[in-house]
Amino acid sequence: MESFKKLIQLSDKDNVLVVCRDIESGEVLQLGSENYLIKEFIALGHKIASRDIAFGEAIVKFNVAIGSALRDIKRGEHVHVHNIKSDFIPTYIIDKGTDV
Amino acid sequence: MYNSHAELLGYERKDGRKGIRNVILVAYLVECAHFVSTEIAQPYKKDGVQVVGFGGCYPNNHASKIMTQLCTHPNVGAVLLVSLGCESFNRTKLARDIEASGRPVETVVIQSCGGTAKSIENGQSWLQSIISEMVKTKRVKIELKDLVIGTICGGSDATSGITANPAVGLTFDKLVKNQATAIFEETGEMIGCLEDIVARAKSKNLGTEIEHCLNKAARYYTIMGHGSFAQGNADGGLSTIEEKSLGAYSKSGSAEISGLIKPGDVPNFPGLYLLDVVPDGEPRFGFPNINDNMEITELIASGCHIILFTTGRGSVVGSAISPVIKICANPDTFRKMSADMDINAGKVMESKVTLQEVSEEIYDKIIETASGIPTASEELGHQEYVVSYKTFEPIGPNCLVR
Repeated sequence: MESFKKLIQLSDKDNVLVVCRDIESGEVLQLGSENYLIKEFIALGHKIASRDIAFGEAIVKFNVAIGSALRDIKRGEHVHVHNIKSDFIPTYIIDKGTDV
Repeated sequence: MYNSHAELLGYERKDGRKGIRNVILVAYLVECAHFVSTEIAQPYKKDGVQVVGFGGCYPNNHASKIMTQLCTHPNVGAVLLVSLGCESFNRTKLARDIEASGRPVETVVIQSCGGTAKSIENGQSWLQSIISEMVKTKRVKIELKDLVIGTICGGSDATSGITANPAVGLTFDKLVKNQATAIFEETGEMIGCLEDIVARAKSKNLGTEIEHCLNKAARYYTIMGHGSFAQGNADGGLSTIEEKSLGAYSKSGSAEISGLIKPGDVPNFPGLYLLDVVPDGEPRFGFPNINDNMEITELIASGCHIILFTTGRGSVVGSAISPVIKICANPDTFRKMSADMDINAGKVMESKVTLQEVSEEIYDKIIETASGIPTASEELGHQEYVVSYKTFEPIGPNCLVR
């Protein structure tokens, strides 16, 4: 059943990897010769850092910049709206209560 | 499974267009006539009667154009217009345009008829006469080159850009190669894709037009203060509009782009087209597209016979007039909502199939749907539509490259 990949790298220049199913805290994911210890729940389709990413650095997925880091991000950490931002239009989150 | 080599039979219209469905429309011309229209149509759903309409009382050229194109769509065979009587919509002109297309048309004006009950009675009596006529619509052979296929994504998540969207892109490449007409849109979701898309234009001038169009969209959304992005996109793993754009854009495949059209413009030769859904000029009426169905309605107004709709979070919508094929990007969503979906592209995520295999499945589904077999959303009775206010300038001479 669990024969399929749990982690994919979409392009060789990417600094994020995509998880292919829900990952529980404490799981170790393997990609090639690399191991990633996951310290939080990560849902299917979400991203983790493939290496340490510094504050302000571009986040690269599919070989394209999809935003930049709001703080230093550790290798294996969840990469999402809490630690990266758009370089075009800010991402809307209901909890922030912003209106248009 | 439908044999894709069999001959496809469509419906021939007097204006020469060919449809894959034989819909009778009840079209209201202001919200005040919406209820009466729904009541008129309700008993005849199984006979192919559907409701569309424009809710606004103030006149708008874009809305008139969309309504005209919906009422003369190849999948539509006859139209009943329902007017309250005092709205600004030019019902006489619309009726004339429908008549000129060779489609039977009748107008019920509620204020002249004497109110709700009499309007329903008059409308239904016309429908009864027309339903028996419509059964006799001439059937004619249709080929891929007669078909216009549109694509949209809705309820996207991070799987959309990895499975369903690139699979649709491969299907689009094959459709264009086989002389069909394919239309993509969502110019507000091409943030960061400018260079790539401009390079795909068939002429340098068209590339410049596309560049203007994308810059216009970026500016428009910036003024709105909100990208084409919803909370569910973030829940599904998309962090920024650039990331969502990258995924959305992959639906267009890699073919050369033959033209840039605006809502209601129907391409007149095969190829791949970008539909510019963002209004021209200063923002006047709010968000360019308030939801997925407004985009679907505009794609259909531009002649689409079938819509390829990709979803990760799980959208259930369909559409009036043209069938919607639902391609589910997320394997977990597919397990939860399989009755609403036509294709499970999420299998790619589980390494069970390749993108190429899913794209073939989508291609076969298009042929099957064109043959008359209902899609999941049609089977469930979905018939959404949204027409609203917009302002557009006509397209320029460089926008279509033969």
